Amino acid sequence: MIKIDIKKQLHGSIGTMNLDVKLDIKAKEFLALTGASGSGKTTLLRSLAGLEKADGTIIVDNEIWQDKKNFLPVQKRKIGFVFQDYALFDNMTVKENLLYVKKDKELANHLLGITELGSLKDRLPNSLSGGQKQRVSLCRAMMNRPKLLLMDEPLSALDSTMRIKLQNEILQLHEEFKTTTILVSHEPSEIYKLSNRVVVLKDGQIIDDGDAKKVLLKTNGSAKFSFEGKLLDIVQMDIIFVAIIAIGQQLVEVTITSNEAKNLIIGEKVIVSTKAFAPTITQRL
Amino acid sequence: MFETLVNLDLAPLFLSFKLAFVTTLILFVFSLPLAWYLSQSKSKMKPFIEAVTALPIVLPPSVIGFYILWALSINSPVGIFFEEVFGVKLVFNFTGIVIASCFYSLPFMVQPLQSGFESINKNMLEASLLAGKSKFETLFRVALPNIKPALITAIIVTFAHTVGEFGVVLMVGGSIPNETKVAAVAIYEFVEIIDYESAHIYSAIMLILSFIVLLSVYIFNQKYNRKFTGFHR
Repeated sequence: MIKIDIKKQLHGSIGTMNLDVKLDIKAKEFLALTGASGSGKTTLLRSLAGLEKADGTIIVDNEIWQDKKNFLPVQKRKIGFVFQDYALFDNMTVKENLLYVKKDKELANHLLGITELGSLKDRLPNSLSGGQKQRVSLCRAMMNRPKLLLMDEPLSALDSTMRIKLQNEILQLHEEFKTTTILVSHEPSEIYKLSNRVVVLKDGQIIDDGDAKKVLLKTNGSAKFSFEGKLLDIVQMDIIFVAIIAIGQQLVEVTITSNEAKNLIIGEKVIVSTKAFAPTITQRL
Repeated sequence: MFETLVNLDLAPLFLSFKLAFVTTLILFVFSLPLAWYLSQSKSKMKPFIEAVTALPIVLPPSVIGFYILWALSINSPVGIFFEEVFGVKLVFNFTGIVIASCFYSLPFMVQPLQSGFESINKNMLEASLLAGKSKFETLFRVALPNIKPALITAIIVTFAHTVGEFGVVLMVGGSIPNETKVAAVAIYEFVEIIDYESAHIYSAIMLILSFIVLLSVYIFNQKYNRKFTGFHR
């Protein structure tokens, strides 16, 4: 059980902002932390790790990590931390990176086995691909058998196949080591797949907290499904109007009425939704 | 020419290298924590310390020499203290030129180390702390091994710069054979007495040695960069 109640003033690109977070996390929970960049996610994670100082209290399993008088140094928190940029020790081989944390060869081999890195154990980090590096970083984070695993956008620099592979490995490690895991992520599919609770931060405050389905599905009212997209253009074809909208990486055309065309502003965010409609879903090959 | 070579007094050359060796050793031990502190610090004192550290680069050697002479002479409190407590004089002997060299070459040790430390990915250092390692262990097992080119550059350039020192040594040490008469001072004296042959030989030795040293540094750095930062899959 983790109890967090911290405040910190942040000086960002948009001026000062107050991080003010009260959060209770259950043991073995997989919590995803999301929100726009600059909303305080990384600061929250770093404060929890003891890499930054914030005001307030952090209590983990009845052990005080931080309050008015005490501040448990980062070394004593025994946290597993995965950075977005891997942060591997470049002067050490894959195996040495793991053994630096703890001289436990058995555990190191076990972890390298799970992540299929056994054959690369004597390589230097700079000869590895991004996905391989991040797996090494993940293994290294588990070497202390941490109670708490923190990951700061660990997969955002990787391509989608590698992401899926790593997502499975993260889940496997989370379950095997029974860690409480906090993942910072922007990717809804990733959050949905991995987490059982999602916390959304905005300008340093928690604005939403619940299970992935509740938080991430942006349907409201009777809408059956809806997408957020950006209106790129409105083209007139004879008597009808066609809106061209970018949804993620995909461009779609939607037929709209002349009235709707008048009220929409090109370049703005729009919601594309539908009510009574049975979409066909086919497997993409 | 051959005769001059055989009879060449190598003492000034040895003295130069002895001075450079001792100075580099002392500066390395002293500069390592200083450079580490400067690279990690966000203190308001930092620019002040940086400016003081860089002073020897811009000051004429005679100015440094003059102040050191003034501070260490037997008329100054520091000089009196060392004379009375330890019975040592600090000027016009080898100890004096070591102290002077340490001031003179300080920036050449601190600056490469500092920029080396600053270039390290901060997350890498934090990863070491998160692994439960002390800052001390992080410095020696993660930071230092990852700035090898900067480390080698700092040591070699400090060494070479001390070998090439002239003005400060002359002012603080004078030209006492086997004590303070280093190669650079010896060459100056040869030229003064119009012994160009000896001056040529000394100068050529200095030139060749310096070139070899610098060449080795650059070759090492190139190899290192290929190994640790290049892709070779």
